Amino acid sequence: MLGSKLFSISRWWAIIVKEFLQLRRDRLTFGMIIGIPIVQLLLFGYAINNDPKHLPTALVVNEQTPFTRSFVQSLKNSEYYDLKNLVNEKEAKDGLIKGHFQFVISIPVDFSQDILRGREPQILVEADATDPMAIGGAVSSLQGIIQSVAQKEFKGTTSYLIENKKPFSVIIHKLYNPEGITHYNIVPTLMGVVLTMTTVMMTSLAVTRERERGTMENILAMPVHSFEIMSGKIVPYILIAHIQVGIIACFARLLFHVPFFGDGLALYFATVLFIIANLSVGILISAIAKNQLQSMQMTIFYFLPNIMLSGFMFPFAGMPKWAQCIGNILPLTYFNRAVRGAFLKGSGWAELMPSIVPLMLFCCLVLFLATKIFKRTLD
Amino acid sequence: MLAVDVHDLTKSFGTRKVVDNVSLCVEQGEIYGFLGPNGSGKTTSIRLMCGLLTPDSGYGTCLGYDILKESQKIKAQVGYMTQKFSFWDDLTIQENLEFIARLYEMENKKALVEETLVNLNLQNRAKQITGSLSGGWKQRLALAACMMHKPKLLLLDEPTAGVDPTARRDFWDELHKLAAEGISVLVSTHYMDEAERCHKLAYISYGKLLASGTAQEIIAAQKIYTVAVYGDNLIELAEQLKVLPEIVQTVVFGSSLHVSSLDEDKLFATVKILAKNCQVELIQTSLEDVFIYMMNNSQDNFGVSNAR
Repeated sequence: MLGSKLFSISRWWAIIVKEFLQLRRDRLTFGMIIGIPIVQLLLFGYAINNDPKHLPTALVVNEQTPFTRSFVQSLKNSEYYDLKNLVNEKEAKDGLIKGHFQFVISIPVDFSQDILRGREPQILVEADATDPMAIGGAVSSLQGIIQSVAQKEFKGTTSYLIENKKPFSVIIHKLYNPEGITHYNIVPTLMGVVLTMTTVMMTSLAVTRERERGTMENILAMPVHSFEIMSGKIVPYILIAHIQVGIIACFARLLFHVPFFGDGLALYFATVLFIIANLSVGILISAIAKNQLQSMQMTIFYFLPNIMLSGFMFPFAGMPKWAQCIGNILPLTYFNRAVRGAFLKGSGWAELMPSIVPLMLFCCLVLFLATKIFKRTLD
Repeated sequence: MLAVDVHDLTKSFGTRKVVDNVSLCVEQGEIYGFLGPNGSGKTTSIRLMCGLLTPDSGYGTCLGYDILKESQKIKAQVGYMTQKFSFWDDLTIQENLEFIARLYEMENKKALVEETLVNLNLQNRAKQITGSLSGGWKQRLALAACMMHKPKLLLLDEPTAGVDPTARRDFWDELHKLAAEGISVLVSTHYMDEAERCHKLAYISYGKLLASGTAQEIIAAQKIYTVAVYGDNLIELAEQLKVLPEIVQTVVFGSSLHVSSLDEDKLFATVKILAKNCQVELIQTSLEDVFIYMMNNSQDNFGVSNAR
């Protein structure tokens, strides 16, 4: 009798065929099936580096001698440091705060002479230790570099300098997070990650939900402008995002005792910009997505590179150039810098500007795109 | 002034012409029925009139406002009831009504909402979540909501689909009351009894307006004659009649068979020969006969244009 069999190949096949047909029509899901493994492979395979090399380093050398040249060459050979020669100490320090450099290495005047005189001079290495993981490998490589430079340079008549003692020493100053406490780094940046996830999803769903349920047609038949609809929809989420920021900030200070040294107002300004940037992305997604499921998929697709390439999960400086390029167009990258700067480095308006300006540009661009596309789909 | 006065409206989605040269006039205080098979362009036409869509070509006015340039003014004075219930299921009845009152910037919002609730007899359920209402109640709520801003023109897109007969009758009584007050109504429907309650009708198929006017005018214009046959084996009889050139249409209505032809004399004679043991009588061609006739004919046209 038909339908009484426990398992029917024909019925089973009917389901399989139907699933394949639907999958083929659902371009976005299909794209994700192909896209996600490729993106993940590339990210995990290439971009993610737990022993980051080629870290941007400012070199302040006040003398040119065979010894300093040899030292610089050894730094280069280690591949941990991408050196940039700077004479100005202030410029180097500035770059460190703004996140342009991971290290500042200063070699004092008369360094070579002092070695020969046995005064055991010091090389100062200042490291941005906000993200302890980023500098670990580079710092531990320093001892080896000193050893090899010493053995190479102090031969023959000067070999007495390395007998029983070091000819010079390296002082490492871990700045901003001297104890290398990981949650000092992670907790403030969680703010950006949480905001990215929630705000983008909330707005992208808010608009597609209306469209999917047919209520959008009702609104549009009423005398209301699309700008009123869009901005009216954003405002509640701006408030919700503020609550999230408040919660995370309180937890960071009270529970994790993350220090805050920076300018609160400047960080607040950057935060509001960042929230608007994400809400705009949400609206852009909702303008493209046909239903709530697509909104969710696109949100995740946007979220992935943000979490991987923004310097949240893995040290930004340690990523290959192409990954940094992608990271440089993501708002979370700039917000992470701003948050770390304000919490740990004591950044104020001036230091946060390099993060605030790109966020502004991002907002303008995405809002422009969103309203442009949104108008078109309403008709 | 005409409530709706549009000419040669055309709208395409991709390569498909959904509305093709439709012209329509609705007078003040008139209930204008909009009929046609599924996908014939009724909804799109209504959306064009209230400014939800811009036509590719064509012109006209709605309540005296240009449909191309003054859609915002039209929206303020038109009540549009969508085919699918489109109020917010997750808001309460009262919250939905308050939203509408705010959006239309009504004065005395509180009193207006209260009054609407009382008229609907829903004042005890004001705090109920709208999604939990039954289909009939949702439809009543939707009508009340799109009446709140006292529109001069109602555009109703299949307002009674899926609503029980009693609720439908009440709904139409309400519409006639509104029309008597001077409100114009354009309503699309699939129900013949509703079509017969309209002052005027338009029939649209595959985007083209095939007929318009009063029910009598539309029937007369098609010039078909119909006999009703009562008896046994009506299906078999219909099959036999269908192939004859003088017969244009056979439709089975429960216990009777309607046979139509363009030639009155031949019709009666032909049917009499084939239906020997049946009772045959000449009847007034009904609106339904005419609509089925028009639909079949237009389908042929569409097939030809498609093949090209």
